[in-house]
Amino acid sequence: MSPDGSKGRTKVTVATTWLDGCSGCHMSFLDMDERLVDLADQIDIVYSPFVDAKALPEQVDLGILEGSISNDEDLHKAREFRARCKLLLSLGDCAVNGNVPAMRNPFKLDDVIERSYRDNVDLNPQIPTDGVPQLLATVRPVHGVVDVDIFVPGCPPQADAIHYVLTELIAGRTPDPGRVTRFGA
Amino acid sequence: MPLPAPQTNVRVVTLTIDGQQLSAREEETVIEVCRENKIPIPSLCWMEGLSVVGACRLCVVEVDGGPRLQAACATRVREGMSVQTNSDRLQRYRRTLVELLFAERNHVCSVCVSNGHCELQWLAQTCGVDHVRMPYRNTGYSVDSSHEMFRVDHNRCVLCTRCVRVCDEIEGAHTWDVMGRGSGCQVVTDLAKPWGESDSCTSCGKCVQVCPTGALVKQGTSVGEMVKDQQFLSILARRRSHR
Repeated sequence: MSPDGSKGRTKVTVATTWLDGCSGCHMSFLDMDERLVDLADQIDIVYSPFVDAKALPEQVDLGILEGSISNDEDLHKAREFRARCKLLLSLGDCAVNGNVPAMRNPFKLDDVIERSYRDNVDLNPQIPTDGVPQLLATVRPVHGVVDVDIFVPGCPPQADAIHYVLTELIAGRTPDPGRVTRFGA
Repeated sequence: MPLPAPQTNVRVVTLTIDGQQLSAREEETVIEVCRENKIPIPSLCWMEGLSVVGACRLCVVEVDGGPRLQAACATRVREGMSVQTNSDRLQRYRRTLVELLFAERNHVCSVCVSNGHCELQWLAQTCGVDHVRMPYRNTGYSVDSSHEMFRVDHNRCVLCTRCVRVCDEIEGAHTWDVMGRGSGCQVVTDLAKPWGESDSCTSCGKCVQVCPTGALVKQGTSVGEMVKDQQFLSILARRRSHR
């Protein structure tokens, strides 16, 4: 993870995206506040809901995924991140253990959809099919579909925990997120 | 905390735990000696003041370098015994045990009334469980809110049977028991009647206080609000031992 010394000070490239989650982990990322200014000197966010880039570059140093794998688009994004990122990090409980999105798993998918789009709707109930990704029968954590290198649990992980993990990675060390965060933190 | 021994001719044995030379009374178990000497061993089903069941296996230790692991809660001290509490192998097994508990039922900490006050959550952190490697079972269990003061959520239960033992051994009501086998195993009140219809329950709440997770909780608690107080148990158990 340390910047390539041969070309002087090369920034570490970072890509992030949210899958099935509430985006709270990304908000917690922003909660690093003024520390973001220092981080911006060391990392280059090349793809993220935070920036304008529309496509994931071919090669990225660190990929950060928030959210669980709940539909076919989540699955596609997770595989794309795995293929293009040297290191892949699961950020937050949804990515790490499925969390709230996975609480639909004990129920049949058809029943879940009926409940959401018909049973509880008064006016013109319909199941959306156009332009929305297909839901998967079982919600899985990110490491249920691709290999993940670093796990940062928490709902959401505190900004301090995210800052610790990022600075350790930038320094070329292996962080121990269990020291600073836990499931449900 | 050790139970006060009335007899004066207590026999003492010496043993080694993690290289530390220690002495203990001969009727003590390895986990009691470890707790007295601040040697951390994770445990879930064991609780001071309750009988020993040796069910959770989190407190397994290596004894005299032998290949067979022994539960520290169910192993008495012996003269000259050598105990290893934290080898790489033990850490590996404990981590796997905690992961299996998480995979078995719904232990979503973020929406649990016991978030931040849960022994399973704390065990995950101390045993290095930052994710669960096996697939989740994703099976739903029932929730019984029929009791006017308490609630049982079987999705959060780890089957430690602390509730069963405290109800039988300390309160003397024996409202709780265990039903079924394997993944269908669950704690029940009065031959699987709804808790609110139980004739034997005294509503003392001891089961709720000793439950390590959010399985037994007070009604009306929201996320993170269920804080348990387990002080009463060792006090009651010690007073009774004098009778």
